[in-house]
Amino acid sequence: MSNVPSDLKYTKSHEWVRVNGATATVGITDHAQRELTDIVFVELPEIGRQVKAGDGCAVVESVKTASDIYAPVSGEIFETNKMLADDPALVNREPYGSGWFFKIRLSQPDELDRLLTPEQYQAQIGE
Amino acid sequence: MLKRTALFAAHQKLGARLIDFGGWEMPLQYTSIVEEHLAVRNAAGLFDISHMGEITVSGAAAEAFLNRVLTNDIRQLTPGLGQYTLMCNPRGGVLDDLYVYRLSDEVYLLVVNASRTAADVAWLQSQRETFPRRDEVSLTDASHNYSAVAVQGPRVKEFINAVIPGAAISARRANAVSDLKKNEIGGFRSEHGGVLVARTGYTGEDGFEIIGSDEALRHVWDRILELGTPRGLKPCGLGARDTLRTEVCYPLYGQELDEQTTPLEAGLGFFVALGKGDFVGRNALVDQKTGGVKKKLIAFKMTGKSAPPRPHYAICSGGQKVGQVTSGTQSPCLGVGIGMGYVPPELARPNTEIEIEIRGKNFPAVVVPKPIYPVAGRRRMG
Repeated sequence: MSNVPSDLKYTKSHEWVRVNGATATVGITDHAQRELTDIVFVELPEIGRQVKAGDGCAVVESVKTASDIYAPVSGEIFETNKMLADDPALVNREPYGSGWFFKIRLSQPDELDRLLTPEQYQAQIGE
Repeated sequence: MLKRTALFAAHQKLGARLIDFGGWEMPLQYTSIVEEHLAVRNAAGLFDISHMGEITVSGAAAEAFLNRVLTNDIRQLTPGLGQYTLMCNPRGGVLDDLYVYRLSDEVYLLVVNASRTAADVAWLQSQRETFPRRDEVSLTDASHNYSAVAVQGPRVKEFINAVIPGAAISARRANAVSDLKKNEIGGFRSEHGGVLVARTGYTGEDGFEIIGSDEALRHVWDRILELGTPRGLKPCGLGARDTLRTEVCYPLYGQELDEQTTPLEAGLGFFVALGKGDFVGRNALVDQKTGGVKKKLIAFKMTGKSAPPRPHYAICSGGQKVGQVTSGTQSPCLGVGIGMGYVPPELARPNTEIEIEIRGKNFPAVVVPKPIYPVAGRRRMG
């Protein structure tokens, strides 16, 4: 049974979004890290990159395969999680904590309304 | 509709994540590829390999026929002994790589790749039709009669005799399963019917492959879990099977081997007996041996921080594409990206610096001797 915190928003592609005023922190869900298991590398976007909602902007690699991570909302990437370079398994251990991926300065805050609620995400993963 | 093995219910019970592997619904992993991989290196692991094909070839001319269609010298096999070998087309391209066991004077068992079974049977049948002594050779695809498991790892010998007790009654007459030596095969009685046990595997570790009826193998699977788990054994999926064989540089058909690639290019010349007399592909292989190969299979390690290499990534040298990765992953034992791939022979020497192109960027790697991860006490291959 995967953890789906009630204070976050979600995407169909298994990212989570923590909104903090005009910025948002993005990571992958507990369900996603379980599906991937054994995460060995995370490729993060460059600081300053402008992304549109739905753009592929990071890659997470497990032993078995590489998976794209998409920007849940539009804006500018202003911070990435440097700890993941040395310890990518943080994503497995703390997907909603120190295993976060990047932070976005929102350019279209109304996009947040299109994200999934915890209940909708829970229903999607069927748990 | 995917095919399922007789152990499918056992996989479901263990919560396996399943994938389509050559038309078979097989376990990718039960818990974690890394955990399963390390269990095999440090203790033991249990794999369902029932998807593999079994072909029996028998008769007074079976030996002569097999020596014509396979590259290794089958005359080295006494009853109860097996060998790794390849089957080539007339151009020397690999149709399949396989194990052939001599079960008795005139009976041989071929264990072939699941994805190649149908093609192998068709090829063998067509070769038999043009074989002068065809009336003295019979050939049967026995795959549907058999299930099979592999149990691999340094601690397997501690419990295997309790799983299958007693002495062999056919092939190599060993007093116990653990008395079998590398590549030997014995027929043993089990509670639920006879099983063939061979001391071989695809992980680089000591271990056994066990072949028998569905019912016998369901019993063997349960007994291995029961007796092995207290010694650190884990059920293992195809994910760990792939990382284990990549660390020791065993080829996988469809990745390192195909009909356009010869055993010499793949570094498998040890298993090609050019001196044994004529066989299918020999002329092409002799020419290649004399004239040299145009590509060679290398093993490599990433030398800096990078994403793991994957099949089909470009191998570069001085910024130019020179070849392609055939297998690649993060090595669970070494903690670095490793892989195999084909390059021109002048770039195949160990310590040659190369680059792997990963999503448009080149990352440094170095050619290393095979195997990439040397398992203690094992002869080097290739």
